[in-house]
Amino acid sequence: MWKLLQIELFKIYKRPRTYISFAAVLAIVSVVQIALRYDGQSYIGFMMSGLSDTFEFQNEKVLNGYLVCFIILNTLLIHVPLLVALIAADAVAGEANMGTLRLLVSKPISRTQLILVKFTASVLYIILLLLWMAVLALFVSIMIFGTNDMVVLRNDSFHQMQVNDVLWRYFMAFAYATVAMSTVAALSLLLSVFAENSVGPIVATISIVIVLTILSEMNIPLYDKTVKPWLFTSHMVAWKGFFYVKSTEDGETIRGSVENLPAITRSFSILLGYIILFTGLAVLSFNKKDILS
Amino acid sequence: MKIRLTLFLLIFTSFVKGQEANDLLKKVRGKLEKVNDYVASGKMRTNVIFMKVPVASIKVYFKKPNRLKIKNESGISLVPKGSISISLNNVLTADGYTAIDAGTAAIGKTEVRVIKLLPVDDNNEVVLSTLFIDPVRLLVLKSKTTTRDNGTYELEMSYNKYADYALPDKVIFSFNTKEYKLPKGVTFDYDDGSEKKETNGKPKKGKVELSYSSYIINKGIDESIFK
Repeated sequence: MWKLLQIELFKIYKRPRTYISFAAVLAIVSVVQIALRYDGQSYIGFMMSGLSDTFEFQNEKVLNGYLVCFIILNTLLIHVPLLVALIAADAVAGEANMGTLRLLVSKPISRTQLILVKFTASVLYIILLLLWMAVLALFVSIMIFGTNDMVVLRNDSFHQMQVNDVLWRYFMAFAYATVAMSTVAALSLLLSVFAENSVGPIVATISIVIVLTILSEMNIPLYDKTVKPWLFTSHMVAWKGFFYVKSTEDGETIRGSVENLPAITRSFSILLGYIILFTGLAVLSFNKKDILS
Repeated sequence: MKIRLTLFLLIFTSFVKGQEANDLLKKVRGKLEKVNDYVASGKMRTNVIFMKVPVASIKVYFKKPNRLKIKNESGISLVPKGSISISLNNVLTADGYTAIDAGTAAIGKTEVRVIKLLPVDDNNEVVLSTLFIDPVRLLVLKSKTTTRDNGTYELEMSYNKYADYALPDKVIFSFNTKEYKLPKGVTFDYDDGSEKKETNGKPKKGKVELSYSSYIINKGIDESIFK
């Protein structure tokens, strides 16, 4: 199994498209960092406009490495699933396209093992991509903008965390993001099983993620209680929950707290459920698949 | 004749009362004038319905006549606009006010004199200030300031170690806050399914509580602090 995983990782390593994702993340993060470095004050002014009538604050302190990372992760909300799909959707369909799939399944390994290994390789790729993102978006931003208290602006509330109460939240958020992106990888893998080349599953995954994300972000009462709670895209943004803090009755932030941990746990469980469902369906389908290429 | 006498008495009484109010203000002002500048260290607690903010360690810089700056040396502090009225000097040392004695009231167990200050200038940002003064200790325990554009501010002060300088150990600053809303398309919030607090769009009261632990008085402050 380990040998098989090594082979899969080697294939990912050798594929040029693997590096598109890393380059894309570098480009997006750099663009946002440069923009905020030179015109961040007006962005903060816009974001804080709801408060500026009542309060005075120091924009230069608000714009710090922690907030910049949060802004970057928000902008990457749509993009990272697409980058994940580039690799995961290629896992089976790419082999079919190159004509190596039949050869692969003729080896003394079960098809279930093969799918599980391909999924594990995709997850490892996701971990590397997120680590790359953490280095660029978090640590480079900290180097450029420094650190200070972090403010998070929600639709109807304002959360402020002390500087030494932030880093662990990012570790948790990145860990959660790994699970969220693994859900996309599982979906891509499932779609990949049905295709003969990788373009179809990549486009299909992107389309599904975009449509469901739009549905998740829309405020239509009909969907709010019925459809949205079950869309995996609604739960992919639960990493933000680590930045929503609890407060005392007097509005004082409780250090080390998370506003609604049960909700994050529930979202986490739903994503795990989707991963099991998609991977399980991929295994089932692949086992039944008549491989001709 | 009776009408003339009544009128005379009324005018005389209000003149005497106004004079008494001015005398009391003069004494309070005299106490405040002992302070040319100060740097106060303390903690700031912000209590606004839509905000979750940690307690901030702050420094408050004051310089005569009415320059005030609140600084959070390490973290981010959101200071309510109009916080200049946290300094009583701003109200008491300003000229161009007519003082009216509005009788007495009680704050806790202390009987206080109520004095209303009306600006002479019609275009003044402050419409009315009401001071609740402890006539024995010559300290302002509470003030209410109604402004033209920013609603009403309220200050409650308690004194201890620095009462001789009329500098409070604790100040509670109440102010109006506007409703806070950002478009969901901008914030991309995670909907954790928790119930949202209903708002009716009307202004709410916010509070900032400043607890001072120490003052450095009349040691001089660099102008650059206020920039």
